[in-house]
Amino acid sequence: MSIDAHRQGVAPARPEFEIEPSEAVTIGDVERPLSLSERIINNEAFQRLMILVVLIVVWEIYARWLNNSLLFPTFTETIQTFWRDMANGVLLNRTLTSLRTLALGYAAGLACAAVFTTLAVASGVGTRILATLTAMFNPLPAIALLPLALIWFGLGTPSLVFVIIHSVLWAVALNTLSGFRAVPETLRMSGRNMGLRGARYVGLILIPAAFPSILSGLKIGWAFAWRTLVAAELVFGVSSRSGGIGWYIFEARNDLDTATVFAGLLTVILIGLLVESVIFRAIEARTVNLWGMQR
Amino acid sequence: MTADTNAPLLTVNGVTLQYKTPRHLVTATYRVDFSVYQSDRYVILGPSGCGKSTLLKAVGGFMKPVEGAIRIRGKDIVQPGPDRMMVFQEFEQLMPWKTVFQNVLFPMRVTGKFARAEAIERANAAIDKVNLAQFRDVYPHMLSGGMKMRVAIARAMALEPDILLMDEPFAALDALTRRTMQQELLSLWEQLRFTVLFVTHSIEEAIIVGSRILVLSPHPGRVRAELDTGGLDYGNIDRPEFGVMSKRIHDLLFADGRTKEAATA
Repeated sequence: MSIDAHRQGVAPARPEFEIEPSEAVTIGDVERPLSLSERIINNEAFQRLMILVVLIVVWEIYARWLNNSLLFPTFTETIQTFWRDMANGVLLNRTLTSLRTLALGYAAGLACAAVFTTLAVASGVGTRILATLTAMFNPLPAIALLPLALIWFGLGTPSLVFVIIHSVLWAVALNTLSGFRAVPETLRMSGRNMGLRGARYVGLILIPAAFPSILSGLKIGWAFAWRTLVAAELVFGVSSRSGGIGWYIFEARNDLDTATVFAGLLTVILIGLLVESVIFRAIEARTVNLWGMQR
Repeated sequence: MTADTNAPLLTVNGVTLQYKTPRHLVTATYRVDFSVYQSDRYVILGPSGCGKSTLLKAVGGFMKPVEGAIRIRGKDIVQPGPDRMMVFQEFEQLMPWKTVFQNVLFPMRVTGKFARAEAIERANAAIDKVNLAQFRDVYPHMLSGGMKMRVAIARAMALEPDILLMDEPFAALDALTRRTMQQELLSLWEQLRFTVLFVTHSIEEAIIVGSRILVLSPHPGRVRAELDTGGLDYGNIDRPEFGVMSKRIHDLLFADGRTKEAATA
């Protein structure tokens, strides 16, 4: 229809013109800094803190209403127990024992994951080995391996480290490998174009390019490890002299000291929050967020 | 700078390129010959499916010819290398974890071609040349497409490769930015007189950017013509010679009637 209109010469002839653009001064501020209150409200840490405060208030109100410290102690009671055991060193020692085992297992798990991923990147056979092993072992709960670990390594740290390795290894290896696979072809070619090969190519191109996936693997691995450790300690911390946080919870439950159980659980949660929102958050802010690879 | 400027810098002799897709063996180019000389702005032009990008990849060392030989300064090309820096069409060629400055510096450091102090100086100079001095410490994700392309060009040129390979570098940009980039590339060439091998599917871009145009026919890519367009650029886009050249290339590309895809800008 528009073609017909054009053909008939319906559009009227209009004069051409050129003008200088005017100064855009009347609009006011083109850019202004946000006020302090606006910045505080938009702050992520502040928002997360507020969520915690709300949860604590709900907890306190519910516990006071229930009024049964054997079933559900109040927040204040839990905090008092927490301080008492931190001050006399019991809880602190238990926590440190757990964290030592955790660090050992996590590090060993990451080292194994690095070996497997290197093999997988180096060859097609390696990829298939990793894919098969991951498919087999990733769904297997680490805690199910504990009885076996106890037979192989006896009661003590080696068994715990073994199950932690199992829980860390597959998650980290799987994420790292899928991260490597997702590196854009252009970026790979760009790296090879500069003459990068072998270990330098992996270290300077693949690892930074896959860093968002590697980091999420590390986070998942950390959560799995912490979870597995506490569970494992609950099962056999009993016979160990220097038990961890799981053993602390188990002991308190045997004494029907629910406030202490809560204090133990609170410690587990606090460490989880701290690692997630301080350590991993800081790494993210300095890497993937800064690079615009993750919102 | 070799003393003998009459010897070609890059020679492509009877090159046939094939690659495999999951279902087919595709012949991208068939017995292609051409030579690029020092300071040429050599453009490979053709419709999609003429194997021009594959040809550039082969020169880059990313694939081996089935027959024929590609030589740079008389030496066979066996693998990718920094003597043939490539500028890709995609923006992901920049490393997102490095700032503009670090991106430009990186290849100079990893190749060890320049000492640290000299590399830093060259990186700064290259960033100045592409007018990005105020974005020196910014990460690529904060740049526009045209700026990213400028960084890629600065990075390639700072390294002073024997030949600069550009694979439809401006195709992903908007038309106005593309025009600016073409002019900037030409003014850089006026200053530095580097050798560039440029792949495009736009006739207009080929005439503006190129001093020499190799026209390929599609399926598989074969040489159709080699034309001299050294005197034609953006300055005389309104002159009859420009139109005549454009028409001539158009006829070469569409003469056999098999090429359905538009190859116009």
